[in-house]
Amino acid sequence: MFLAGPVLWAFHASFTNAALTGRNARNPGWIGFDNYARLLSDPMLPLSLGLTVLFVGGSAILGQNLLGLTLAVLMRRARRTVAAVVGTAVVAAWVLPEIVAAFAAYAYFSRDGTLNQLLGGLGLGQTDWLYSFPMVAILLANIWRGTAFSMLVYRAALNDIPGEVTEAALMDGAGGWQRLAFISIPMIRGSIVTNLMLITLQTLAVFTLIWVMTAGGPANASTTLPVLAYLEAFKFGDIGYGTAVASVLILIGVVFGAAYVRLLRESKP
Amino acid sequence: MRRALNFTSLIAAAGLVLTACSPAAPEAETKTLKVVYQKTDSFTALDTLFQSAKQEFEAANHGVTVALEPIQANDDDYGTKLALALRSPSTAPDVFYEDTFKVRSDVDAGYLLKLDSHLEGWEDWDTFDAGAKAAGLGDDGGTYAVPLGTDTRGIWYNKKVLAAAGVSVPWEPRTWQDILDTARKIKASDASVVPFNMYAGTATGEGTVMQSFYELLYGTESELYDADAKKWVVGAPGFTDSLAFLKTLYDEKLAVSPAEALDANVWKKIFGEWLPQGKMGATVEGSYAPSFWQKGGSYEWAGYGQDMGVAAFPTQNGQAPGGVSMSGGWTLAVGAETKNPDLAFEFLATALNQKNSLAFNIASSQIAVRKDVAADTGYQAANPFVKDVSELVAVTHYRPATADYPRISAAVQEASEAVITGAKSPEQAAADYDTAVKGIVGEAKTVTK
Repeated sequence: MFLAGPVLWAFHASFTNAALTGRNARNPGWIGFDNYARLLSDPMLPLSLGLTVLFVGGSAILGQNLLGLTLAVLMRRARRTVAAVVGTAVVAAWVLPEIVAAFAAYAYFSRDGTLNQLLGGLGLGQTDWLYSFPMVAILLANIWRGTAFSMLVYRAALNDIPGEVTEAALMDGAGGWQRLAFISIPMIRGSIVTNLMLITLQTLAVFTLIWVMTAGGPANASTTLPVLAYLEAFKFGDIGYGTAVASVLILIGVVFGAAYVRLLRESKP
Repeated sequence: MRRALNFTSLIAAAGLVLTACSPAAPEAETKTLKVVYQKTDSFTALDTLFQSAKQEFEAANHGVTVALEPIQANDDDYGTKLALALRSPSTAPDVFYEDTFKVRSDVDAGYLLKLDSHLEGWEDWDTFDAGAKAAGLGDDGGTYAVPLGTDTRGIWYNKKVLAAAGVSVPWEPRTWQDILDTARKIKASDASVVPFNMYAGTATGEGTVMQSFYELLYGTESELYDADAKKWVVGAPGFTDSLAFLKTLYDEKLAVSPAEALDANVWKKIFGEWLPQGKMGATVEGSYAPSFWQKGGSYEWAGYGQDMGVAAFPTQNGQAPGGVSMSGGWTLAVGAETKNPDLAFEFLATALNQKNSLAFNIASSQIAVRKDVAADTGYQAANPFVKDVSELVAVTHYRPATADYPRISAAVQEASEAVITGAKSPEQAAADYDTAVKGIVGEAKTVTK
């Protein structure tokens, strides 16, 4: 009840015209599928859906996942001190509360921010990152923030591979790439799928980071589904419509979750 | 059997605990009034007002505690937080700070207590300006909120920057063309100066419409809302003209860069850096501007009285009445679900008495709505611009405060953003706005003018 309650409430509200103020705040009425019909014809939906896919695909499935795996593999070979320093730096971004990380990322990418100062120092032109390339900025920020999780999962998984297996492969003359492709990755397949599921669901729900950095702008160029749901429900006071957007988001999460769970089952020998 | 016994005893224990938690009978003569309002780094005048009202009120009413609960947020977020608190009787405040343009929709929502019977017995009510009283009216004609002050909007210009470009001061633009001519002159004489800024885009929120777009639109032959027919205007030529004017300002780099305009904090730079440092010629801003520069303000600037000037924003071609201003302002209201309506109103009356109103109007550079405050010499001498901005009341307009308004306002802001970023032409953006309005209120509630 504790877990399902808010979800069920949101789902119920999405069929009403509940509002933050005005007549409908007092007596929300049942309006059936009106909110969903309106959502389907809303030009914001395809835009927002596309941006959400880009954000999840770019920053979680590709960015965090691949970077995390690469770091985990490299750290096994690196010297102990190097591995410790890199590990601390990566985990530091993850340890920060989301709001602090978001402000740090804002300060880094903003007009007078660190990145522009570095570029200026190198004699390169300055760019208004949050204005000209808002998606690039939030993708990089989310990769920076979330890679530690994937890295930790993969390090643990790689450590679990029995030494004999790797040794046997070495005896058979397998090179570094071959060992990774034919031994390590198949053996940690379960961890990969679990990790993908967790970071996908986590990234689908990212709100604070985007809100602080761009607030969905400029001209809605970074309005992902969570930002859209917030704008509709709280800025425009249309709670019914906002929860309809949120319900779509939940649905996407469920679809992704189901797909991964299926993959996980298949990956079991 | 043993398991059943355990289960029963568990329920009994739970019952005991729950009874212990349930509220005891209220102790005699201890009542608490919850007061919710906005406080930010640059806006502490209201906090000062309530602190002083709390002392006065608690001294006069023994056994009553006033719990002040300031919300630290900008206007948009404050509105959201307040609305969320008002949704449930258990979190709703007894007295709160309410934006005039939300009064009607919050009355519709049943959040505000009707004050008519209380106001009858309050002698101070007669000293309130009749026009300002209208800000607290609900659709049924009853009064639901009492105004704290009002404001107007005009052009704030830096005399030194204008004089350096060879523009004679006092500057009194008569038409939109006058503004462009002067701005181009400033640009030509010093390219590093921002000649004439007007807000645009969604980041500055209501600032974009109140301190920029409506000054343009209400100076054309068009309007936003037909108040008599209660319909929203679409297809208005004045709407396109206003967008085109913003486009000219931004395309010719007479205003700040679009990237700067889309930063929600741009106004802090205008008040804190560009105007005081002579890096901006003029901007359209509210009558409250001196509150930032005066002693104790967030951007103290000793020379603002000499360096700055105020002009009315002109109409498009100089047509009557020769100027445009927009007014808003804030009120105090009593929660509909309050358990102590009499005490709550009494606190509201204390907070708005002559002494407290005077101090608040001076500290936040508000235009007084109490006649006894407006006549006070201390108020008139509070800053050099009190007379100038008070005169703008004659040409001022109010927002159509319906429940649909926030969404319409957002559509206007989006149109301006699309134009200054070059994403759409003014004609395209205006057409998209028309479509958006029809989608928001339904085709039947629009009118083509």
